[in-house]
Amino acid sequence: MSEEMVTVNMTVNGENVTKTIPVRQHLVDFIRTELGFTGSHLGCEHGICGACSVRVDGDVVRGCLMLAAQAEGAEVVTIEGLSDTGEIADLQDNFVERNALQCGFCTPGMLITAAELLAQKTEQSREDIREFMSGNYCRCTGYHAIVDAIEKTNNDRLKA
Amino acid sequence: MKAPKFSYVRAESVEHALELLDKHGEDGRILAGGQSLMPTLNMRLSQPEILIDINRLDVLKGISLDGDIVCIGALTRHVEVLNSEIIAEHLPLIAEAMPHVAHVAIRNRGTIGGSVAMADPAAEMPACILALGATLVVQNSAGKREIPAEDYFLGLYETARAENELLVEIRIPSQKPGNVSVFLELARRHGDFAIAGIAAYGSVSGSTVNDMRLVYFASEDKPTIGANAIAALNGKAWSEETKEAVTTALEGDLDPMANLHGSAAMKLHLQKVLTGRAMDTAIARAGGAA
Repeated sequence: MSEEMVTVNMTVNGENVTKTIPVRQHLVDFIRTELGFTGSHLGCEHGICGACSVRVDGDVVRGCLMLAAQAEGAEVVTIEGLSDTGEIADLQDNFVERNALQCGFCTPGMLITAAELLAQKTEQSREDIREFMSGNYCRCTGYHAIVDAIEKTNNDRLKA
Repeated sequence: MKAPKFSYVRAESVEHALELLDKHGEDGRILAGGQSLMPTLNMRLSQPEILIDINRLDVLKGISLDGDIVCIGALTRHVEVLNSEIIAEHLPLIAEAMPHVAHVAIRNRGTIGGSVAMADPAAEMPACILALGATLVVQNSAGKREIPAEDYFLGLYETARAENELLVEIRIPSQKPGNVSVFLELARRHGDFAIAGIAAYGSVSGSTVNDMRLVYFASEDKPTIGANAIAALNGKAWSEETKEAVTTALEGDLDPMANLHGSAAMKLHLQKVLTGRAMDTAIARAGGAA
């Protein structure tokens, strides 16, 4: 079977992009190899680990479980775009403050998922945070520091 | 890993999707939320010739009330079901189960129709709709037909939907006033595939169980009605003796599949434990005392 190609057009981190790619290419391979945004990581590549999390039309999704062709016309934001906007600068500071990362492989996925929780602007218990973040694996930290950082950011934002 | 080569078509209408299904038969696969299909492609467990992407078919999305029936479009995403006021009010069993369906990022993409069409034995929605007596609406190019949930789940990833049919809607009777429902599952990590699970729905007066349906999932090859357990339960006051009789009867209903999560004996034990917890909860919710 020959490689079927498709031309896709979407907005990634605010920039309009058009590329002709294999139809079987998933969104994170597209973002990494075609566009060079390497902040989105591929861990398991079957939807378990959460390292590939990206934002598509406002919602966090698994970038490895969506074809790039499916993002036709979509607004895609990766950790690079999210960092540039400053939306999660406080969360990133708190990750550093609490040592909520060691190797850093899971961190982009953690941040982009936590950003969706913070956007709810409601009180979250540690249990709520753990449940919300349950789809993101970290093999270094043991999660406590990650929950600390998200909890502190959420509490600070609610007080502000 | 990377998915094998395939063709990809974005369906422009339900009719277009059905035309493609007619044309490609077993070589075509419907791509809905993709949260189960994409992993099987990435792991090369499945090798369809063509993916028929139905994600732009807005006509298949949404939750509405038709008298006493809650109608859920097959392409309605899990997150919409989770946040729906109609579901919270009329189908508390589904509302209770939905937070157990995978994780946030997966619920943002995955669809209820995809889950029901896939019929993964560990999936929550098939068990819930079976407990609630739902009807599945499937459509081919000749028209629609309705399949009761009891007749829909045939085996491991096997359903009564034909190759040229698309699941378009799930119709679920609203929870009757006075009825109670309970959903429980056990998983290694919140949101992971269940090891054992139960969906219970029916009527209880005080501590007497009038008419309860118990559906078990994750341990079996498909969502399974515990017919013997139900026979030992209905009409009885919930007590230690009843629990003993029901869980013993359950041994005749279940034939658990052993896998890396545990042996058949362990899963049977877990289903018995969940049965007891589910009924304790059902009685409490009905205002009775065990």
